Amino acid sequence: MISLAGRDILHSWGKYAFTGLGLGLLIGVTLSMAGIYRGMVDDGKALLANSGADLWVVQRDTLGPYAEPSSLRDDVYRGLLGLPGVAHAANVTYLTMQARQGKREARVMVVGIQPGEPGEPRYLIAGRQIERTHYEAVADASAGFQLGQRVRIRRHDYTVVGLTRRMVSASGDPMVFIPLRDAQEAQFLKDNDAIVNERARVRANPALNRPGAPGLAETVSRSQESSRMVNAVLVQVAPGWSAAEVAETIRRWKRLQTYTVPQMEEILIAKLIATSARQIAVFLLILAVVSAAIVSFIIYTMTLGKLREIAVLKLIGARNRTIAGMILQEALGLGLIGFLVGKTVATLWAPYFPKYVLLEPGDAARGFAAVMLICALASTLAIRTALRVDPATAMGG
Amino acid sequence: MSAAPELNPAIEVAGLRKRYGVGDTAVDALKGVDLTVQPGEVIGLIGPSGSGKSTLLKCLGAVTEPSDGRIRLSGETVYDGGWHDLDPRALRRDRIGFVFQAPYLIPFLDVTDNVALPLLLAGRSNREARQRARELLAALDVQHRAQAAIAQLSGGEQQRVAIARALANQPPIILADEPTAPLDSERALAVVRILNRMAQQYRTAIIVVTHDEKIIPTFRRLYHIRDGRTYEEAGAGRDLG
Ligand SMILES: Nc1ncnc2c1ncn2[C@@H]1O[C@H](COP(=O)(O)OP(=O)(O)OP(=O)(O)O)[C@@H](O)[C@H]1O
Ligand SMILES: [Mg+2]
Repeated sequence: MISLAGRDILHSWGKYAFTGLGLGLLIGVTLSMAGIYRGMVDDGKALLANSGADLWVVQRDTLGPYAEPSSLRDDVYRGLLGLPGVAHAANVTYLTMQARQGKREARVMVVGIQPGEPGEPRYLIAGRQIERTHYEAVADASAGFQLGQRVRIRRHDYTVVGLTRRMVSASGDPMVFIPLRDAQEAQFLKDNDAIVNERARVRANPALNRPGAPGLAETVSRSQESSRMVNAVLVQVAPGWSAAEVAETIRRWKRLQTYTVPQMEEILIAKLIATSARQIAVFLLILAVVSAAIVSFIIYTMTLGKLREIAVLKLIGARNRTIAGMILQEALGLGLIGFLVGKTVATLWAPYFPKYVLLEPGDAARGFAAVMLICALASTLAIRTALRVDPATAMGG
Repeated sequence: MSAAPELNPAIEVAGLRKRYGVGDTAVDALKGVDLTVQPGEVIGLIGPSGSGKSTLLKCLGAVTEPSDGRIRLSGETVYDGGWHDLDPRALRRDRIGFVFQAPYLIPFLDVTDNVALPLLLAGRSNREARQRARELLAALDVQHRAQAAIAQLSGGEQQRVAIARALANQPPIILADEPTAPLDSERALAVVRILNRMAQQYRTAIIVVTHDEKIIPTFRRLYHIRDGRTYEEAGAGRDLG
């Protein structure tokens, strides 16, 4: 038996190609949406993996440092180093801000790190790690900065000495690593006017500026100005210790919130990007419904255009199975064309998205199955109409 | 089969009735039709518009179920107040060829595959079906258009391809409903000539419904249908050359 569907598609290939192209663009959008979600999850995992930490120690009762703000005194890490099972502990700060290079501006996440400690990016694609204690930066390539360029963050210029890849915040902003001291200054220290105002306020407070206690106001002011905070302490566990065990010790003895890698992943995926994920899920659902509506409408119209041929087929003895098979195969053929176009365009336009789009083969396979299923379901209306055609109509009056 | 097919008429119809619809709006299209066609015979079926000609062909072709009466094909009772253990589609596919006023070919198949289609639907291999299709196209003198798309054929060529399709399964019966209506008189006569030749060659029984004054004189035997009843009459049987 020859393939009736195949012949019909070849006969009106222009119509099929155009329809398949339209459907394909729609499928491409769908695949990209799924890719954006996968990209967010993957960015989150890369962020955790590249930090080189086994544990995140943050302010109590917070989901910090990524999903909620967290601040700790910057001497907390010393206490942690004394605990059993802790090999390394280092301060980090995170702050999203604008960085300028010449005329360009980029929204970046500035990460304050201690060179050689956890938190430092593990892999560089160019240049070197930060070596000096001030005014050097390692930037993610997606920020668009080049090696040797000077980037302005707040009041200081930093020289880009190294470049990373796939180091972005949960909202997709490229990371720029700078020395911890500089980052703390950028994040927590006040500008000169604020300091002057603060000193005036302390002096004006009768409780702090008493005649019998010279120098008290001075001391209070200085302690306020030198108050140094960080957002988290990253801990590396010593060989032979389990991360969960050490986390428990830290929770018990230091009364600080401590997260392991799986817990951090859970926070990033289930909490931080949950809203975006739901948004994407709704989009996927709408796109699936729209595709189904389009395919059924197209297949139905194409079938209406063939009712006389279908009546003739029935008249000369074609079985219902043959006729239903023809329509089903045409619907699946349309789905196949659409899927191939969709996969191609999704791959082609993925690099132009500002966020990482991860097109997983598994998602493509699931998408293909869904497209085929949708097309099969969409053809039922047309098949029912075709099977109701009276072969007598082929004979005319 | 109750007897050897050759000894029986190809078509025997007795007291056939067909009523469309029910109640006040019911139409009695056939009110007792009697008709017999022998193998190899071409008969004409004529009558005014609305007299029931197409209805009769639809009943014979198991496209429409009659209301009463009897139909025997090659000695086998297929209808006797109800279909006799019958798959109408298999009957149409294996035992009846249809030719209509409009050729109604399948536009997305080429000429050869249009002719091969009934054989393919009957489960023959592509090779065998196409081989037979080419033979028929040659017999009908359209073999030079074998690979053409349907839309590229003239009306007369399309009608010949439609006849080839009707002959594909070597059915014992061909039912033709105004097959020459869209053709000029020369081509109309050519079609009738082909049908006669096929009837002789394959012992096919052929009923031709027609209004066409030019071809009516070619039938040896005619049935007149008026008001749902048939009247047999001898035709001129003019030689077609
Ligand atoms: N499906 C139908 N439902 C109801 N009435 C029908 C139907 N088909 C035909 N009829 C009626 O049955 C009668 C016979 O119709 P039929 O088509 O057999 O006529 P005909 O002899 O072929 O006419 P024509 O020469 O115009 O083709 C007509 O009165 C017609 O209106
Ligand atoms: Mg008619």
